[in-house]
Amino acid sequence: MDIRSQVSMVFHLDKCLGCHTCSIACKNIWTDRKGAEYMWWNNVETKPGTGYPGKWEDQKIFKGGWIREDGKLKLRAAGKKKGLFNLFHNPNMPVIDDYYEPWTYKYLDLIQAPAADDQITARPISLITGKPMDIKSGPNWDDDLSGTPDYARNDPNLENVSPAEREAMFQLERMAFYYLPRMCNHCLNPACVASCPSGAIYKRGEDGVVLINQEVCRAWRMCVSACPYKKVYFNWNTGKSEKCILCYPRLESDQAPACMHSCVGRIRYLGVVLYDADKIHEAASSDENELVNNHLDCLLDPHDPQVIAAAKANGIADTTIAAAQKSPTYRFVKEWGLALPLHAEFRTLPMLFYVPPLLPVMASLAKVNHDERGENLNPVAKHWSDNWLYDTSTEELWGTIDQARFPLKYMANLFSAGDEGRIADALKKLMAVRIYRRFKTVGDVTEEKADAALADTGLTAEMAEAIYFMTSLPQMKDRIVIPPAHREHAIEMLENTGDAKGSIGFGTLNSPQRGN
Amino acid sequence: MLNNFLFVALPYAALSVFLVGTIFKYRSLKFQYSSLSSQFLEGNRLFWGVIPFHWGILVVFLGHLTAFLVPRGILAWNSRPLRLLILEMTGLAFALCVLVGLVLLLYRRLTNERLKVVTNRMDQVIEWLLLVQVVLGCWIAVGYRWGSSWFASDLSPYLWSIFRLDPQTTAVSAMPLVVKLHIIAAFLIVLVFPFTRLVHFLVAPFHYTWRPYQRVIWHWDRRTVRRPESSWNQHPPRNN
Ligand code: HEM
Ligand code: SF4
Ligand code: SF4
Repeated sequence: MDIRSQVSMVFHLDKCLGCHTCSIACKNIWTDRKGAEYMWWNNVETKPGTGYPGKWEDQKIFKGGWIREDGKLKLRAAGKKKGLFNLFHNPNMPVIDDYYEPWTYKYLDLIQAPAADDQITARPISLITGKPMDIKSGPNWDDDLSGTPDYARNDPNLENVSPAEREAMFQLERMAFYYLPRMCNHCLNPACVASCPSGAIYKRGEDGVVLINQEVCRAWRMCVSACPYKKVYFNWNTGKSEKCILCYPRLESDQAPACMHSCVGRIRYLGVVLYDADKIHEAASSDENELVNNHLDCLLDPHDPQVIAAAKANGIADTTIAAAQKSPTYRFVKEWGLALPLHAEFRTLPMLFYVPPLLPVMASLAKVNHDERGENLNPVAKHWSDNWLYDTSTEELWGTIDQARFPLKYMANLFSAGDEGRIADALKKLMAVRIYRRFKTVGDVTEEKADAALADTGLTAEMAEAIYFMTSLPQMKDRIVIPPAHREHAIEMLENTGDAKGSIGFGTLNSPQRGN
Repeated sequence: MLNNFLFVALPYAALSVFLVGTIFKYRSLKFQYSSLSSQFLEGNRLFWGVIPFHWGILVVFLGHLTAFLVPRGILAWNSRPLRLLILEMTGLAFALCVLVGLVLLLYRRLTNERLKVVTNRMDQVIEWLLLVQVVLGCWIAVGYRWGSSWFASDLSPYLWSIFRLDPQTTAVSAMPLVVKLHIIAAFLIVLVFPFTRLVHFLVAPFHYTWRPYQRVIWHWDRRTVRRPESSWNQHPPRNN
């Protein structure tokens, strides 16, 4: 057993309102620079949709992540042989147009243009060439299902969803969507690290943050295509790759990462988990249907005395262990079994987990209610009925899950490597907590029914209360539990990050000036 | 006099600048050690230029290196005319790859709006210099079929004499003009090397082949840092 600690995240998708505040917070702090304009280390995409960069999930295009071939774990299109052979030209590299060309407008024209007969306009100007350009796409072009034929219908996760189910998803009156905020997963088996020929990318032992040493990056640009989540970005100006740094300067000074601090929906949780590094390889090479299980098996119980002893022997600080015991991530992922990794089948063992969204799935509970108000709406508009949220009258509590508006298959393609049962479990738990709370607060559900719902999903009343608390009432200190960066180390860290540990281009001693 | 300047002073100046320049840059301006890939802005035309260019130049470079290091081997190989021809033809074929690749690369750089933004003066200087050098090289290969033997018998000793700090220019002075120009351009390239993207050649990532795939870095030795008996003045390991 080789116990290490990892700062790990949970995003509660039912709570995400798609406001993009996280993305803006991150951009303002880290990527508001020349060459980084197009980068969104944190971005929020609408699902179903093709995301950013377009169709990143379809590994037939950029060929990222790991595959298992003859029982062996291999990078799909990088690694020692393929990577070095393709060093001069990476055949799978996304280019700027796969993201979008960044632009601004010639605002000065609005006030400086001479008097003329026609309306003055501010023309769009490319932030790369400085020349006028036609805007073809931009950040969140697919927001809220806009451009559905181009975006939502091309979602790679629809691959094995039946045509009938697809049609049902996109019927105008039945359309549903949810938001998927994404950032680097700070994986346990990162493909970016493994693909980097210079060894510029590394995982910090103490907290598992994955960083790119800007002084060692040589623009071999293998990481850009190898990260299956497309979370390594190429800075075309400095000629270096960049990625989310989990705001490590903030973490080291006990502040929440910018995207988490600013999150309006408070969907983001952060905490330490202890894991067994000896299990990584085995977990990443598991059979497809065992992947999620084995991935979650790497995470250890921070209350187990054996684990604690082994952690101490490995030099993990007592304060870190204490933080792990209070970790909201551990509770969501392991205790409650609510949060799942995104696309476990990429085999990087992502350390960002998602509570799958219940609301868009269950919205199909609504029976079209031909009451007076409903009749007054035009036929295309949605008919709302007051009891749309939970139809608690049915005897079969879970029947509705299978008739969900979002096919479970689709959700399973995203969050459980195709295992519909797992998604159904998580959704049922979320529903059970709601039924239980409805019994408590509204009272139109009987106690037996609430208890039955909990029992069915393996929850206890205590757990339901805890989940309810962590979902609806938590303060910042409950949601974000940062392990203390030991001051004696922190001083060293801040003294000369670049010199001793590598860096990401901020706070290095040299200015990040492009080579010649 | 001119010979002394071109074949003694220039080489020493070039080699000194190369050494001091690359080492200083590596130690103090490490950020600038990069291949400065432009694939992100333009990927298709790059392929047709960069692939023939690099495979070509690597073979040609290795050829020159061999002739410099083991001149006798080359002479022995060339002792039969057919083998000399094979060597020359192979060299020429790869040199032509370099030529075609380089022309495409230069054309791409000068015509693409996006690439103009990331093309600075040194990018152009080095590509033009390389172009001149390759053209001269091809010219020698076509015009003087026994070029490889010359290199081995006359130029290799000259280069060695430079490294032995006892420059002997007699053999070089007797060479045809094209060969002289080829030598001069070579040292010019060495001279500007540290100020161009060519430094990426020095950091080619061969160590990737023997390192483990994953890299985890601890700031301190994790197992001793919290042990009371380990001393406080321990320095954190240098990882990079
Ligand atoms: C094993 C050694 C080498 C490796 C791995 C290597 C790799 C690379 C890479 C990745 C690029 C960037 C291509 C892109 O834009 O994406 C590049 C560009 C370039 N390399 Fe190399 N290279 C090597 C050796 C050399 C040598 C020996 C020379 C010349 C003496 C050279 C000259 C150039 C030039 C001039 C460019 C710029 C091409 C352009 O974009 O116009 N390289 N190299
Ligand atoms: S998600 Fe982050 S850690 Fe994982 S492979 Fe991509 S860049 Fe690396
Ligand atoms: S943790 Fe920091 S760097 Fe990473 S996405 Fe959030 S704001 Fe950006």
